[in-house]
Amino acid sequence: MNRTKHISRVLGLPYRLWAAVFIVVPLVMVIWYGLTDANGHATFANVAAIADPAHSKALLMSILLAAAATLVCLLLAYPLCMFLVETESHSNSFLTMLLIIPMWMNFLLRTYAWQSILEKTGILNTALTALGLHPLRLINTPGAIILGMVYNFLPFMVLPIYNSLEKIDPNVINAARDLGASSRQTFLKVTFPLSLPGVISGINLVFVPALTTFVITSLLGGGKILLIGNVIEQEFTLAYDWHLGSGLSLVLLIFIIISVVISTLTDKEEEA
Amino acid sequence: MTKIFAKLIGLSLVSVTALAGASILTGCGNKEDNSKALYVYNWGEYIDPEVVGDFEKETGISVVYDEFETNEVMYPKIDADPSQYDVICPSDYMIAKMAENGLLAKLDFSKMPNAKKNIGETYWKQSEDFDPGNVYSVPYCWGTVGILYNTRTMDRVPDTWDVLWDPKYDDEILMQDSVRDLFAVALKRLGYSLNSTDEQELQEAKESLIKEKPLVQAYVVDEVRDKMVGGEAKMGVIFSGEAEYTRELNPDMAYVIPKEGTNVWIDSWVITSGSRHKDAAEQWIDYMCRADVALKNFEYIYYSTPNTAAVELMDEEERNNDVLFPDLSQYDNLEAYTYLGEKMETHYFNLWKEVKSA
Repeated sequence: MNRTKHISRVLGLPYRLWAAVFIVVPLVMVIWYGLTDANGHATFANVAAIADPAHSKALLMSILLAAAATLVCLLLAYPLCMFLVETESHSNSFLTMLLIIPMWMNFLLRTYAWQSILEKTGILNTALTALGLHPLRLINTPGAIILGMVYNFLPFMVLPIYNSLEKIDPNVINAARDLGASSRQTFLKVTFPLSLPGVISGINLVFVPALTTFVITSLLGGGKILLIGNVIEQEFTLAYDWHLGSGLSLVLLIFIIISVVISTLTDKEEEA
Repeated sequence: MTKIFAKLIGLSLVSVTALAGASILTGCGNKEDNSKALYVYNWGEYIDPEVVGDFEKETGISVVYDEFETNEVMYPKIDADPSQYDVICPSDYMIAKMAENGLLAKLDFSKMPNAKKNIGETYWKQSEDFDPGNVYSVPYCWGTVGILYNTRTMDRVPDTWDVLWDPKYDDEILMQDSVRDLFAVALKRLGYSLNSTDEQELQEAKESLIKEKPLVQAYVVDEVRDKMVGGEAKMGVIFSGEAEYTRELNPDMAYVIPKEGTNVWIDSWVITSGSRHKDAAEQWIDYMCRADVALKNFEYIYYSTPNTAAVELMDEEERNNDVLFPDLSQYDNLEAYTYLGEKMETHYFNLWKEVKSA
């Protein structure tokens, strides 16, 4: 017992080192930059700058778009997962493959592809015009950004929900039906509560990257929509204000911590 | 040095938390000094790639060539580590800023005989505005900011900035996604200097840009060219050099300088104070000033060249092209950007953020 413990500690060492150098140290740097000014004096101004109208508007917009994208992902993913779990056939693994294959392609390329689909002279509008329909204003709108988020992050919603649905013992559902529960009652009282950990981890995995994205906004937003991720990026790349950029990152860190706490709590509940 | 290290660590953090541009990470040069190497940092699509190869062949120096999109993106990288690149091609006001902050090395013109010989006297004089005494920079290209429009879909010549505020052209307008160029348009339209530091004027410009925003299809930089050629928009704010190039790709393209005046700019070669290959960098600048090289470059990028020796080699048609070599004497409202100081720069940036988040 002691021996395996020792071995696993040695095996875990490379990752611990990696985490220390590339996660813990940078995090400390962000906190240090975020809480000091250019002269090295401690200040809370960089974090408080989130109250600046331009910044709070960007944050609010980020929360709205990320929430919308998360909701759409959830509404798409849950029925899909139920279908995948319930119909056990070969097409199943094929569908899962279809879902995962795009993830092997570069994230930037996939988002660029959407650019040429949604453009005014893009594939979609060319098709609409050819059919005699009026072209639509698609690119550079909040809708285009939500679409980009959904497309890129959907697998992160599907996989945890699929896992948690698959783990449910079919006997539990059969028992519910035997005892006279309608299919609606079975879903609401048995299936959904049991899949909740998967749903919550899916929400986390989609909401957090959607909240912090800046690439999707620059490619599909035409620079017309400023999310908090773009503000932070520009503080680093354009304004060269690392302190402000880090301070605003700390605000986002709060959101990330909240979501981690929520998923830990639900995990514990499940164990209990 | 520790400061640089700290900054590099900060950089890795940024990518880990996925909050800031991965772009900063790219192009971190290696630290060893190989005397046969040269790190060049230039604007995107701003050189004939063959010229780089020719230079390597002729001199035996291997060139590491990187590109930037705006002056503002370039500056922080150099400020973080001036030895990352040897030779850069910033614009006028940015050269003043870099010189003021000690990021540039004084040039040794005795090693660059082509520079003084081939670059026209007017351009040296013009450069004195941002580089007094011509000690840091050698002019590479010059031009104006104006409107590129599609003659087939536009019903008028957009010879005034006001057109960009006309609701008739909703979703047909491309604006520049860089602080100074965006505000220059708004300030000039209102009849103010594009170097204004007057709070009232700046607020007015900001408000007008917010008002224009619903009409704007996108704020972009290099994509203005592709989007215009592809027919995505009817008008786009662009640098004069792109006009001739886009016309080759799409004959419907035309370029006009609005009557309220605009920015006239010079991009010049400079050597960084941290350069570890100063000799090679001087060879590079001198090579760029050679008449045949300047001509070859010109015929690829179509930006107006200050190289009078190259102009002499051009054929009649090129030399008399009024887009490439405009007669600017008809305008009395052209201005170069001046460096406004750190505080005012931050103020411009904050106003820009207000526009972008509106």
